[in-house]
Amino acid sequence: MELERHEYDVVVVGAGGAGLRAAIEAHESGARVAVVCKSLLGKAHTVMAEGGIAAAMANLYPEDNWRVHFRDTMRGGTMLNPWRMAQLHAQEAPDRVRELEDWGALFDRTADGLISQRDFGGHRFARLAHVGDRTGLELIRTLQQRTVALGIDVYMECTVTRLLTDDAGITGAFGYWRESGRFIAWEAPSVVLATGGIGKSYKVTSNSWEYTGDGHSLALQAGATLVNMEFVQFHPTGMVWPPSVRGILVTESVRGDGGILKNSAGNRFMFDYIPDFFRKETAESEAEADRWYDDKKNNRRPPELLPRDEVARAINSEVKAGRGTPHGGVFLDIASRRSPEYIRKRLPSMYHQFKELAEVDITSEPMEVGPTCHYVMGGVEVDPDNAAARVPGLFAAGEVAGGMHGSNRLGGNSLSDLLVFGRRAGLAAAEHALKRMGRVELADDALADAGRAALAPFEREGGENPYTVQHDLQQTMHDLVGIIRTAPEMEQALARIAALKERVANLSVEGHRQYNPGWHLALDLPHMLIVSECIARAALERQESRGGHTRDDFPASDAEWAKTNLICTPTGDGGVAVRHQPLPQMPPELAEIFEETA
Amino acid sequence: MTYDATFRVWRGDASGGELQPFTVAVNEGEVVLDVIHRLQATQAGDLAVRWNCKAGKCGSCSAEINGRPRLMCLTRMSTFGEGETVTVTPLRTFPVIRDLVTDVSYNYEKAAQIPAFTPRPREKDGSHRMQQVDVERPQEFRKCIECFLCQDTCHVIRDHEENKAAFAGPRFLIRLAELDMHPLDVVDRRNAAQEEFGLGYCNITKCCSEVCPEGIHLTDNGIIPLKERVVDRKYDPLTWLGSKIGRRRSD
Repeated sequence: MELERHEYDVVVVGAGGAGLRAAIEAHESGARVAVVCKSLLGKAHTVMAEGGIAAAMANLYPEDNWRVHFRDTMRGGTMLNPWRMAQLHAQEAPDRVRELEDWGALFDRTADGLISQRDFGGHRFARLAHVGDRTGLELIRTLQQRTVALGIDVYMECTVTRLLTDDAGITGAFGYWRESGRFIAWEAPSVVLATGGIGKSYKVTSNSWEYTGDGHSLALQAGATLVNMEFVQFHPTGMVWPPSVRGILVTESVRGDGGILKNSAGNRFMFDYIPDFFRKETAESEAEADRWYDDKKNNRRPPELLPRDEVARAINSEVKAGRGTPHGGVFLDIASRRSPEYIRKRLPSMYHQFKELAEVDITSEPMEVGPTCHYVMGGVEVDPDNAAARVPGLFAAGEVAGGMHGSNRLGGNSLSDLLVFGRRAGLAAAEHALKRMGRVELADDALADAGRAALAPFEREGGENPYTVQHDLQQTMHDLVGIIRTAPEMEQALARIAALKERVANLSVEGHRQYNPGWHLALDLPHMLIVSECIARAALERQESRGGHTRDDFPASDAEWAKTNLICTPTGDGGVAVRHQPLPQMPPELAEIFEETA
Repeated sequence: MTYDATFRVWRGDASGGELQPFTVAVNEGEVVLDVIHRLQATQAGDLAVRWNCKAGKCGSCSAEINGRPRLMCLTRMSTFGEGETVTVTPLRTFPVIRDLVTDVSYNYEKAAQIPAFTPRPREKDGSHRMQQVDVERPQEFRKCIECFLCQDTCHVIRDHEENKAAFAGPRFLIRLAELDMHPLDVVDRRNAAQEEFGLGYCNITKCCSEVCPEGIHLTDNGIIPLKERVVDRKYDPLTWLGSKIGRRRSD
């Protein structure tokens, strides 16, 4: 078998915010680092993040500090977050934002020249460092340019299909060049997974083709565990029309900057959906909500800025009750509330996106929006301090890592998560590599087996087309494990996933190995299936509703479940088992933060 | 609202290729990239194309549509008549890898050659203070999604492979302009802009600004001001005098 081979201390899989931040840190810790990414450098999904980076810098509100951010994050996640991750995240995010400026990032400014911060759902104070509504682009470009300036090796358009291990842990990774189809292997004692999420298993999603759950699946295969996989975030505001753009994200900043949600009768319906858990901190009247934008001390947040799971469920209910828009969404209106000049200044990408894709001028008309699969809270179970998975040498950061956001992620906490835990993963991966004595060896039979598995779709004749199987999986997850779930539907989903596994084992692809998207999809599909199975199994197991997991047959939250995480482990036969694990106990000095005023 | 459109898509590789005709269904509201995806799913499973966000934010799906450099995700099918043939070809300025995918490594090489951002020290309180008005000029260039359509359309390199070594292209001239305008950066790249990145090759025909999907005014706001700054340095009488005195001393 023809095989290109390389040797590194740390291989980072994924070149989004977490991957690049990990690579930078590992490099600066003295490790030899490779970044491997499926797309060109600078195209990772981070680029789509719009609103901002949550960090309690207190540039606008001196009252803000990490304790408030910690509290908001834990409450947004309905207290299911490992407290230590939420604590580190809140404490370190401001420094992670500041160092981006040292690397060239240009955030919008406050009047006295500091980094400006904007309001977002679930955050008590204006806290999101931002650049208009293209913060993700600024983040990726800054980290990309820093990576290039440091001379870190980047393997672009290269897909990892296997992690390689021996008795002592990680030994490297195997993959293929998308461009040529040729195989490549890296010897490395540390691998950092920073592969993002799983959204492509759903029909309506804000995620790109890359989000096929590769890292989740690779980790499981290597013997690591996944946590909280039942929690999938449906962002309340995706585009709904025209059909070809359904699911594309409409940033929460529209609501942070004054936009409101209305049903077809013109009612501002979010006031009907304020849960008791958030009632004390949510405005009671439209007048109070409108005053809040300018006076946060004496007024409470508009209900449009409740955490995303609450808003998504409310929109879903309005549409189901027949109060939706002509295309099955609700109206998001900023046109009647802010000047065209303000809208174009604060939301240039949204203005552009609706103009170009939907022929809607958001400065004069409302947008039509509905929920879209956006983010998976679940992921690789990691040690909060060093991002280590349960396989020595394996680390995970960013969306592929689980826990940090509990049952529901607050907007803006993703970009800060990437930076805080990307850095910690890079540091720990470098330390692990420098400690592991001697050169790691890649076993010839494991390499040969990985090569054979990758080429199998070419060997089979007359099998099914991978696009059809992908479509059927997306429909299954959309219909049966979507925003509202029931036991019979999820059981049906698991049966369908089992059938899809058989179909994937018999796929065939046309053409040859050079830049062949059909082949690439055929190799992504097993990842998508195993991740979908994890979601369905964990969701079936959790008999309550909480955060990004809503059960029609168990609509209430349950006190016992509030203390439990679900852990997915691999079974010997390629399946998934789910077990219960008690939540770590929060120390008293942190617990008392929640006894302070709401 | 569905109709059958006629598409011609270039298929081939570095050794050659041809326009392949397709008849394919088009639905209301679709863009060219939707149609390309439908071809992949139903007629040509191995049709090579780059894409990511499908929302005009990542700059991956660049191609030439009826001869014009465009993002496929932002080119609505409603801009063509139902009977009009839509021709999709790869970016001409870069070598073809396969079908609509080209080798854009030229851009990554140029990016790596640009002297890195180097900030002044932070202030005593650990912050960097900048005024909004001062960050807005370089922010315009940081909107760049690196789709490389400006590189594709630029006549300096479009049919002149020989100029690529000496010319970085509009994307990287505005990167130099951005760094030059960056309130925190302390490196002077004016000489490099002229000598190493070929600023002088640009004769400001503004084709790059016309194709930019982000609406960046590359020429007016980036390249022309950078040219002026270079000229200031080169023809500034004090700089000139300094260089003469320096030369005499070294004689």
